[in-house]
Amino acid sequence: MTHTPLRHPTRSRQAAAAALSADVVVVGGGPAATWAALSAAESGADVVLADKGYCGTSGPTASGGTGVWYVEPRPAAREAAMASREGLGGYLADRRWMVRVLDQTYENMHRLGTEGRYPFPVVDGAQVRTGVQGPEYMRRMRAWIKRRGVRVLDHSPVLELLVDATGAVGGVAGYRRQQRRPYRVHAGAAVVATGGCAFGSGALGTNVDTGDGALMAAEVGAALSGMEFSNAYGIAPAFTSVTKSAYYNFASFFHPDGTPLEGAGSQRGRSVIARALLRGAVYCQLDQADAATQAAMRRGQPNFFLTFHRLGINPFTDRFPVTLLLEGTVRGTGGIRVVDGDCATGVPGLYAAGDAATRELICGGFTGGGSHNSAWAMSSGTWAGRAAARHALGMRGTAGHPRLRPAGEAGLRPTGPATAGVDDRMVREVLAAYVHPYDRNYLRHGDRLAPALAALDEAWTALRAGLGGGSGDDPDPVPARQAAAMVAHARWMYTSALARSESRGMHKREDHPDTDPGQWHRLVVGGLDEVHVDTDPVRPALATAS
Amino acid sequence: MIEIVSAGRCIGCDVCVAVCPTNVFDPAPGGGPPVIARQTDCQTCFMCEAYCPVDALFVAPHACPLPTSSPLLDEEYLAASGLLGSYRNEIGWGRGRTPGARTAVGPPLPPAHITTAVGRSADPLIPEGATGA
Repeated sequence: MTHTPLRHPTRSRQAAAAALSADVVVVGGGPAATWAALSAAESGADVVLADKGYCGTSGPTASGGTGVWYVEPRPAAREAAMASREGLGGYLADRRWMVRVLDQTYENMHRLGTEGRYPFPVVDGAQVRTGVQGPEYMRRMRAWIKRRGVRVLDHSPVLELLVDATGAVGGVAGYRRQQRRPYRVHAGAAVVATGGCAFGSGALGTNVDTGDGALMAAEVGAALSGMEFSNAYGIAPAFTSVTKSAYYNFASFFHPDGTPLEGAGSQRGRSVIARALLRGAVYCQLDQADAATQAAMRRGQPNFFLTFHRLGINPFTDRFPVTLLLEGTVRGTGGIRVVDGDCATGVPGLYAAGDAATRELICGGFTGGGSHNSAWAMSSGTWAGRAAARHALGMRGTAGHPRLRPAGEAGLRPTGPATAGVDDRMVREVLAAYVHPYDRNYLRHGDRLAPALAALDEAWTALRAGLGGGSGDDPDPVPARQAAAMVAHARWMYTSALARSESRGMHKREDHPDTDPGQWHRLVVGGLDEVHVDTDPVRPALATAS
Repeated sequence: MIEIVSAGRCIGCDVCVAVCPTNVFDPAPGGGPPVIARQTDCQTCFMCEAYCPVDALFVAPHACPLPTSSPLLDEEYLAASGLLGSYRNEIGWGRGRTPGARTAVGPPLPPAHITTAVGRSADPLIPEGATGA
């Protein structure tokens, strides 16, 4: 990796950077980040949490709400829960991780109801803990971590990691958008919980999810896993953002002329919808819900109906056009590879949690839907926070402050002068042409993936040379950095998708429609200017200190 | 997208400036209602509405700015039709309300229905068996 001298705008930003000190810095502000901050604080660490938006409203959980993979600790129920999706996931999940996640989620949901004061519904005298309403959940998490002494920096996107001479992570550098000032946090350990990457598709709550954490982690040597399983698309009413898919289980789908779209369905028939959308509009009606079901649906997910109410549509009796929006690694399973049960990344001082970390461990190659994702977020966050605290507390009293070097490159420190036309708008056009389209990413074929990857490589080369910092009178360095992160994410995604020359999990290749028993392994991808991919066993030794 | 900050209702608490996850609002330089400074950064997540204590904000469901002719830009219409503040009401936020989370029990989810060619109306204006019950 080459390091170019800091150019003037960056140097002046750093000169003005306010610096905080903490034991642990948590990057992100959703469920994984807040659980990480909580467990780090409870382990005795002084914690700073830095969120791109506002911790409490940021990300798809806050705006969407979610089911939770909450299963009573009865052996038969746990066995059924674990077995239910192993085949769908292409047998790439690991039951040892499922057991841990089910146990940790059970404990955390209990704590959320008692210490976190979450108002779970009560049915027949018992709390129903199989789901959470997003705004309420994240409001309670924010209050809880603040009560535990966590310092929260809102509107303060982290741009890069800081590393010492040995390559260990020693903090983060970012930008406070509302103060228009750079800042740093020096810390003994960092937890990356920045969410997945939805590539600016507009899926609900995902505009903050641009894959920044994966880029930062890769820049200090971490790898990613499962990136080929990153092609999740959510159903939304056309021209809207609300990609809440569960209730489309009650839907029928239609051609514009009113004839049924045969084979279409929310789960197994979603690719039929994608194919039809390539030709024209698709209409939908929730015609499979009876009156009692309709009433329960309205209570269960009020924000699902908000859009219809405001559009003047009765989704049970009217037919409305739908679209599919890319949810990338937000709902897909790929992310930063973790090397042990503590969610360490292999880079000293760096831990990963939530959608930013690979969810292959419990979901294999198929999205677990909201419930597995939320369980993974709270479990991995808890482990990563605890381990980060232990690591950082072990470093307290180390003499002097290490000299830290900012590790960010692409989109921050271009290798050449700023290039006209190389900006985040250019990147968004490349993503719209090569990453969002159903016939590139969802309905995959090597003949379409390879040129898309070539276009992304070309964009990377251009932005690496000429994109970085704010522009004109806007000093905000965040859009350029996000653009670089999304291109990096897409290159890892397509490199892995080309390497997996079979169909497995959610990765379906039209040119390789069958599962190849010889490819029963995970794919690990990494690198920046040169992207490389390798295989990883499905059941590696699992070490944990916790 | 966010379309309206009601000058009549806004109490200038700037909570929307704080909570918007994509930093769409700026505080007004001379006091008064916050400004929608970066509308196209709005992700239509409705969170600002949920937090506004006086239902002064309106987020249209569309992911693009509305044409000026849209009735959803008419504050009187929105207030009269109950749309202003409807999300905060639905999730039970605000003094004297029961948190919606207390009652948010959805239906059991069956396996997703697969659309078949049989027994369906060909006319989208005549939804046969409207409830499917």
